[in-house]
Amino acid sequence: MQLKILYFARLREELGVAAEEFAGEAANVAALASALAARGGKWRALADERRLRVAVNQDMASASTPLKAGDEVAFFPPVTGG
Amino acid sequence: MIRVQHEDFDLSTEVKRLTEGNAKIGAVASFVGLVRDANDGKSVAGMTLEHYPGMTEKALNAIAVEAKGRWDLIDLTIVHRVGELKPQDQIVLVAVASAHRGEAFAACEFIMDYLKTQAPFWKKEAGGEGVHWVEARDSDDKAADRWKGVT
Repeated sequence: MQLKILYFARLREELGVAAEEFAGEAANVAALASALAARGGKWRALADERRLRVAVNQDMASASTPLKAGDEVAFFPPVTGG
Repeated sequence: MIRVQHEDFDLSTEVKRLTEGNAKIGAVASFVGLVRDANDGKSVAGMTLEHYPGMTEKALNAIAVEAKGRWDLIDLTIVHRVGELKPQDQIVLVAVASAHRGEAFAACEFIMDYLKTQAPFWKKEAGGEGVHWVEARDSDDKAADRWKGVT
């Protein structure tokens, strides 16, 4: 399935990627994060759940949130606005 | 009204816009956040505020809906700036209008606490010790958590 993945803030800088189209199987957020972390090197940052937050289709989500084709998934550090 | 913008804002203009023509409003509570010149012991000469266009507006709307569900509010305004900011610049405005003060005070604080942990903004500070991303604070999570179960 196809997913749109976005990265923000420190994570975007560490990965050197702001957005990508992902083609592969990922039943939920945890499976997607594992698939990305399996790229190795700097991508291992995706395995560190405590340092990351995730949104699916622009709503805050969790590791167990299910994914379907066409979803927009965003990974980012804990937010620091206000 | 919810806005995410680069431009500065004016508190009195926003309060006037919020209350104009509505004589049911008896109270407006507002909060304005400013950029400090130091954070976590490091000097701050400036900062860049990044956000997630689309989700930011959606998250702020959801916080406003949640506040309106918890308290009897007449209207509210949230303005959050993005882009390059320097010390003393205004970052965020929350203004809440209600019939009586109690609801306005509580909802204003609730909105700020939730915004701090739920709205996708990230601060990158520049100062004497270089450039770094601001770390989220546990105290912000605790501030948001204390509203759980409060109606």
